[in-house]
Amino acid sequence: MCLAVPGQVLSVAGEAPYGLTGRVSFGGVVKEVSLAYVPDARPGEYVIVHVGFALSKVDETEANRVFEYIRAIGELDELTEDQP
Amino acid sequence: MDEYRDAADARRFARAIARVTTRPWKIMEVCGGQTHAIVRFGIEDLLPDGVTLIHGPGCPVCVTPVEMIDKAIELAGRSEVILCSFGDMLRVPGSRTSLLEAKAAGGRVKVVYSPMKAVELARANPDREVVFFAVGFETTAPANAMAVFQAARDGLENFSMLASHVLVPPAMEAILAAPGNEVRGFLGAGHVCAVMGIDEYRPLARRYGVPIVVTGFEPLDLLHGIHLCVKQLEEGRADVENQYVRSVRPEGNLKAMELMREVFVVGPRTWRGIGSIPDSGLVLRETYRDFDAERRFGPTDSHTEETSECISGLVLQGRRKPFECPAFGARCTPDQPLGAPMVSSEGACAAYYRYRGDHLETSETSYGGDHGKE
Ligand code: SF4
Repeated sequence: MCLAVPGQVLSVAGEAPYGLTGRVSFGGVVKEVSLAYVPDARPGEYVIVHVGFALSKVDETEANRVFEYIRAIGELDELTEDQP
Repeated sequence: MDEYRDAADARRFARAIARVTTRPWKIMEVCGGQTHAIVRFGIEDLLPDGVTLIHGPGCPVCVTPVEMIDKAIELAGRSEVILCSFGDMLRVPGSRTSLLEAKAAGGRVKVVYSPMKAVELARANPDREVVFFAVGFETTAPANAMAVFQAARDGLENFSMLASHVLVPPAMEAILAAPGNEVRGFLGAGHVCAVMGIDEYRPLARRYGVPIVVTGFEPLDLLHGIHLCVKQLEEGRADVENQYVRSVRPEGNLKAMELMREVFVVGPRTWRGIGSIPDSGLVLRETYRDFDAERRFGPTDSHTEETSECISGLVLQGRRKPFECPAFGARCTPDQPLGAPMVSSEGACAAYYRYRGDHLETSETSYGGDHGKE
């Protein structure tokens, strides 16, 4: 039950603060989710959803951080493997 | 999200972790969602021998005390009550029976996906008492706070909450303070931090000299978190670091915290299998006490007891692996659970049974080939 999953906001409806909701797609399965805690979520953006509530927005600009890190350590990898 | 599961990248991370590891380290992942992913993807098989993952107490279903389950079962048996709960709670054994058995015996038990559904149900059934069995960590508390807040705002008199809310940092502290503790670093629970932010972990890191790396839930997130944690350990640092930057803002979700503070206050809480931990739970604030099911229906004088065979307390504190329990896979299975960690998909016992049991040769999603090497 504790799992929170990312989904893409399709549309936003209702009134802030507490009535704000969004239709959110989880890999094609669409659910209505409360956006009361993430009122700035816009269609197209990803949110982390838990028990019917969006808890945070997924920051697209930060989404590549893991891969940048991997690239950095990957380069080091090659450097060290090149050493005799 | 598949890019976070790429096998070649996972191996690259594994090599990088092996390269920075010179000594043995025990690292605890706090959250049951992380345990689930670690076991499912065979992350442990990718790690160098020195690095051991210890599974923490982060499964709310697992740590909900048996008295609360008994109380929920008792309430479900009352003719006027509709008891609403998350699905995972139904099969958790109480001291004599479970909610599922109570339902089969005629109790009105309804599975809801969100606490707001319970509020809707109360609105639609004014002649019934709707009780929501609210369990969970900081991730779930904002949703439950909203349910109480809206019920109060709408003057709903037939809605109440049986609340068993637990907080993560005090549980981490209890583990660190325990004699013989072997945990040297933590992977922090990413979604808990999405709500609460990361600052409350700083005193813990400082006081106990442990690195805490707030980590996400995909395989590459976990490996990234482990790499950052081992690096800190090897360099003798004990900082709070955020691996899960894409979803966790350092300050957390201020709106969610505001409503949590409006409805709940911090109080003592008993953790199943571990015992009472001071300031480790959330209870309804005095202004909202009318929505407290325990107050509304009075105390139940049930005598509670645990199955003696279940070693869930040791499993939840990371002192035993599930397969070290003599009942594991034999007398205790997800269909016939003896203890709570075998019920929920975030419970360590259920994760091991599902993905690492002898009945499973290989799992398609796993990176490692040598299952059951322990
Ligand atoms: S395998 Fe079953 S009996 Fe053993 S600790 Fe896990 S839940 Fe308890």
